Amino acid sequence: MDLSYSSEEAAFRDEVRAWLAANLPADIRDKVTHYRHLTKDDHVRWHKILAAKGWSVPHWPVEWGGTGWNITRRYIYDEEFGLVGAPSLAPFGPSMCASVLLRFGTPEQKQRFLPRIRDGEDFWVQGYSEPGAGSDLAALKTRAERRGDHYIINGQKIWTTLGHYGDWIFCLVRTDAAAEKRQEGISFLLMDMKTPGITVRPLILMDGGHEVNEVFFDDVKVPVENLVFEENKGWTVAKYLLGHERMGSGAVGSSKRELAALKALAAREQKNGKPLIEDLRFRDRLSRVEIELDALELTSMRFLDKMRRSGQPPGADVSMLKIRGTEIQQALTELMMQAVGPLAQPFVAVEGGAVDPLASRLAPRYFNYRKTSIYAGSNEIQRNIIAKMTLGL
Amino acid sequence: MNFEYSDEQRQLADSVRKYLANEYDFDKRKTIVHSPSGCSDAVWSTLAEMGVTAITLPEADGGFGGGAVDLMAVMEACGEALLVEPLLDHIGLAARLVARAGSAAQRAALLPGVIDGSLKLTFAGLEPGYRYELAPQSTQARRQGAGWVLDGRKSVVIGAPWANKMIVSARTGDHSAASLFVVDARAHGIRMSPCRTVDGQRAADIKFTGVSVDADALLGPEGGALPFIDEAVDFATALLCAEAIGAMQYANDATLEYLKTRKQFGVPIASFQVLQHRMVEMFIHTEQARSMAILAASKVDTAGDAAERRRAVSAAKVKIADAARQVSQESVQLHGGMGMTEELKISHTFRRLTMIGQRFGDADHHLERYAALG
Repeated sequence: MDLSYSSEEAAFRDEVRAWLAANLPADIRDKVTHYRHLTKDDHVRWHKILAAKGWSVPHWPVEWGGTGWNITRRYIYDEEFGLVGAPSLAPFGPSMCASVLLRFGTPEQKQRFLPRIRDGEDFWVQGYSEPGAGSDLAALKTRAERRGDHYIINGQKIWTTLGHYGDWIFCLVRTDAAAEKRQEGISFLLMDMKTPGITVRPLILMDGGHEVNEVFFDDVKVPVENLVFEENKGWTVAKYLLGHERMGSGAVGSSKRELAALKALAAREQKNGKPLIEDLRFRDRLSRVEIELDALELTSMRFLDKMRRSGQPPGADVSMLKIRGTEIQQALTELMMQAVGPLAQPFVAVEGGAVDPLASRLAPRYFNYRKTSIYAGSNEIQRNIIAKMTLGL
Repeated sequence: MNFEYSDEQRQLADSVRKYLANEYDFDKRKTIVHSPSGCSDAVWSTLAEMGVTAITLPEADGGFGGGAVDLMAVMEACGEALLVEPLLDHIGLAARLVARAGSAAQRAALLPGVIDGSLKLTFAGLEPGYRYELAPQSTQARRQGAGWVLDGRKSVVIGAPWANKMIVSARTGDHSAASLFVVDARAHGIRMSPCRTVDGQRAADIKFTGVSVDADALLGPEGGALPFIDEAVDFATALLCAEAIGAMQYANDATLEYLKTRKQFGVPIASFQVLQHRMVEMFIHTEQARSMAILAASKVDTAGDAAERRRAVSAAKVKIADAARQVSQESVQLHGGMGMTEELKISHTFRRLTMIGQRFGDADHHLERYAALG
């Protein structure tokens, strides 16, 4: 047994760390560490900096601009992002759409879309969920009717993260309403969001932030060459994507940064004339989260070690990283909010007033992070996956 | 990075597991628990023949020079089987103290017997009224002539009724002046009050009244034994964590099997999502605990300083205590009424996991120790 990175891996970690220190724009880092939403310009600017370094799509095949890093290096890369407060690139283009194109796309589709995704030219978003199709995704109803060399799309998507930044959207649509099994009538379609008939409406979350949207499709005309894989075989594509690498879902790096921030905050806050961190009740809760995070980091490394040995993707039990990772993220945001006590109440300045720029973000941040156990396959769905695939229940 | 057991580690654990599966099944264990000594000499000497008692002792003393990691997989197997022989107290505590604190003469006198299984040791450390305190308070040793005289009391010394010799901690000065003594378990002035513990082990409360020992019974530096005790208890705690993983693994396997076979309302109860999710939580708790058990064993072997070791061991013990509680409680609940009975091994696993949660410091104790380290 050896729990540490090899000297070669440690050198790589130092390289990433040094590069991030020199190249991550301070204003973007400050937004991340002060819990402010990033603009589209922030996302694109950071993407282009990474692309110039050749690091925007490390997990892609080298011929398309990947780095050829093994799974351990990719994990280290992600962790260093989290530790320093570098935003991860939105996964919809570089991770999700690209994975589908690399696996199922035609040579023309790859050539048309992949370089622009790699270089941050197109901002992609995901059109999966619908008002009546959440965890039960196969219940989706958005219709795509074939008319000659086009599909005509009508329907609605919801929870479209950063949909208001989207240049392109990939959607699951129903192409055969009469299919015997619901899963058999679904197709995977790419749409230019400038196409007439697409309307994006913001859904403001309880933190006051605009992250997610509803997207409406009203007689939207999409050329058939934007179909990925076969018509009515979109479920195969969707399943491939769901089973795609989920090693990063534990968010160990960013949680370690949050834990350090929490400790610093609790050392400044006072309770009964002493630093809050010396309060036993608070300290015990903090320690339990810290220990769970220690365990999660090691569990992640055990997965990495297993994958490195077997050369296989992780099994369904990797879902535990998402479950525990999001529970830890939520616990940390809650403790941060509680650490400032009554000062968590002020939200925005009015009539020439002022609010503390950090403390006023802590409650909204806690509110916002309730999403983590709901999105990307709710934690209940993750438990279903482990129950079925790992435990055979 | 490497989280696999080596071939040697795996092979030894496999032989121990196979042996225990044949010779230490649930019924045979019950016979041993209710036998007069509560322990099996045959099992003990077989484990010694397999090398289990030698692994963590120095090569210079006839051992294999291994660490906690080398014994982890074996401890998991012992945990699955609910071994009641006091391997942990013998190897993890007493022999560790002899190997680390003992003079060449003391090691030569004691360790060969430890390795071949002929000499059973235990460590008498805890005292009534002092909970998990490692520095001896009420047991005192004073010089008498060339030797020492011990007076005082020790609490729940696991393995004491079966041991030939005990390593006894005693105060030899101010409240932190701890010393260790090798004491014959049948020495004049020792009165044992033996018991069977709730998880089937044998233990004793011990009263020492004017127990005389020779000068060469002093093990390690006079008044300076506390770092040795602290290290040995951390070492044993890491091994205990591994044992807990084995017991939790058994609880999960048995519960999973039960869910798939037990029928109610005409279907296996495994088809109920409310039970599936609880089973998944048991599984995740066990895997998270396993990660921390690995960390503890690894740090006990490699930590650069005592603070790093203590931090890892306390973090692990908190996680193991929490996970053992969740897994044991849920395994009984998911077994329904049958989980409550003496007849199923699951109730015995519940008892063992519950006591493991409290041994060497419960979650609160280790949270306090962890927080104190910053």
